[in-house]
Amino acid sequence: MRILTLIRQVLDAEESVRVRNGTVDLESSKLVMDAMDEYGVEEALRLRERGADAEIIALAIAPVRAEDALRTALAMGADRGIHVVTDVALDAIALSAVVAQIARAEQAELIFCGGQQADWDSHALGAATAERLQWPQATWTNALELNGTVLTGKHEADEGSESFELSLPAVVTTQQGLNEPRYPTLPNIMKSKKKEIRKETLDAFGVAPKLKVTGVEIQVKERLKKILDGKDATAAASQLVQLLRDEARVIS
Amino acid sequence: MILIVVEHANGKASKSTYELVTAARGLHREGGVTALVLGSGVASVASGAALIADQVLVADSPELAQYDPEVWAAAVAQIATEGEAHTILIAGSRSGREYSPRVAVKLDAPLLEDVISLKDEGGVLQAEHYTFLARVTERIEAEGPMAIVTVKPGAFAAATPGSTASDQFDVDLILPKRRLTITGRTQEKSGRISLTEADIVVSGGRGVGSAEGFTQLVEGLANQLGAAIGATRAVVDADWRPYSEQVGQTGKTVQPKAYIAIGISGAVQHLSGMNKSKCIVAINKDAEAPIFKIADYGIVGDVKEIVPAIIQELRK
Ligand SMILES: Cc1cc2nc3c(=O)[nH]c(=O)nc-3n(C[C@H](O)[C@H](O)[C@H](O)COP(=O)(O)OP(=O)(O)OC[C@H]3O[C@@H](n4cnc5c(N)ncnc54)[C@H](O)[C@@H]3O)c2cc1C
Repeated sequence: MRILTLIRQVLDAEESVRVRNGTVDLESSKLVMDAMDEYGVEEALRLRERGADAEIIALAIAPVRAEDALRTALAMGADRGIHVVTDVALDAIALSAVVAQIARAEQAELIFCGGQQADWDSHALGAATAERLQWPQATWTNALELNGTVLTGKHEADEGSESFELSLPAVVTTQQGLNEPRYPTLPNIMKSKKKEIRKETLDAFGVAPKLKVTGVEIQVKERLKKILDGKDATAAASQLVQLLRDEARVIS
Repeated sequence: MILIVVEHANGKASKSTYELVTAARGLHREGGVTALVLGSGVASVASGAALIADQVLVADSPELAQYDPEVWAAAVAQIATEGEAHTILIAGSRSGREYSPRVAVKLDAPLLEDVISLKDEGGVLQAEHYTFLARVTERIEAEGPMAIVTVKPGAFAAATPGSTASDQFDVDLILPKRRLTITGRTQEKSGRISLTEADIVVSGGRGVGSAEGFTQLVEGLANQLGAAIGATRAVVDADWRPYSEQVGQTGKTVQPKAYIAIGISGAVQHLSGMNKSKCIVAINKDAEAPIFKIADYGIVGDVKEIVPAIIQELRK
């Protein structure tokens, strides 16, 4: 069986966002593989370690620099990578057309996708891909098991969590709790350098963005930042309560 | 025609449905707003919807008793095609954001996700939504006529129901087989006011020290204020609190009048779930903690001393 895990390269959590020339400037920041996507790679590895006969392919549809993120997936243990190199920012619906074509060509049976990646805050790629392939989906998955071709697991729904059952082929989107992603070890990092990353161009897939981004803005709400010293707890508490009552008027 | 999909629970349309109506009316398009009710035994939901929409389509069937992403997507796409809808508005709940991409693919339409504003500029839909863990506001645009929009809960005011009911029509749908079998459910339970709808949220982080510390400090203050309880992932991972209380990227998004953060460092993933709160209050012993950068009010000090003093003060 082939498992496809989708990878996005995002800002490291410690980095602050900067806007330049009407877009978010990523070029001078530390970039990493998205943490939600890490869950997908890790889960694919675990399914294999628990006995599934699987080849794990990491897929990125992103600029040249995203090769680093793909290498991270390979260093974690994915077998090979596919990199559709493009600077075009595709929305999830357009992007899903590329993913679906690759899934078909590779005869993948299971696709992992981050529940919500830290760059576009979108939930849509997994579901849109599933629709294009006419596969079922489980989203926000936090526990998973594979028996033959049947996936069982748990996921987050609107109010509370659900246990589910699903037959392959399927798309699974990830959620915290699914696993604890491993750190690549040095020997595995060395090995990953020899693993194949097949490069493709976006032209071959015949897709165009469905959305246009016309601007980005960092809207910082001005905060009052009235920070009190709490050495005298009673005095600070009384002052804070007064501010919340009389100035902010948020408590009565 | 603009189609809104009615979100409902316990025989009533949810608050998000009323917000969809406001977003839809703001487009000022011809043909009015049509509400689609999907479910089983949903007569009361439909009569509620008739007071806010210009027309209500009701698909009432045992097959629709439980939500399923493929069934919902098929139903909405079918109605949209038959009724020649040109814009479909869906609540940005977990389920809404799960099935809406399928609708977009079926109809070969753009998807505008989790929007906080929406307008029609000469047939082009313009919207804003948050990206980069809610740190960036992105402006997006889609050429019509057909577009799918999910609307961020809380971003639009709830529409006020009118006094006359619009017409209701029953619709029959051809639904696909379910492939995601739900074998069990754990309902979130809490006797408290809902985290996402509360005016005040008192939220605790690892700095409260223990599950007991959380109960004493966070729950204690929340009780005093009649507030909902939130938590960080660190607290949920430590099993001090249930996941249903987690605020952040992988938890809930809240936007209360006041968010009181107790012993929370302010990691970007946490902030993404609460940084739009109207007033942020932080209590942390570390003056350099990132949470203070977005706080309106705060106290630098030990939560074990400060919080009991606040509770004491409120009791006066
Ligand atoms: C993919 C991903 C998704 C995530 N999603 C979320 C999410 O949805 N929600 C979320 O919250 N996190 C999330 N996180 C985790 C996030 O990165 C942080 O680890 C987490 O928010 C930290 O929680 P905390 O503030 O309780 O703990 P810490 O960061 O450990 O902070 C504890 C704070 O308490 C203070 N403190 C300690 N003792 C005291 C005392 N006695 N008095 C006063 N102050 C004290 C400390 O100074 C410190 O600032 C996610 C991470 C990843 C990778």
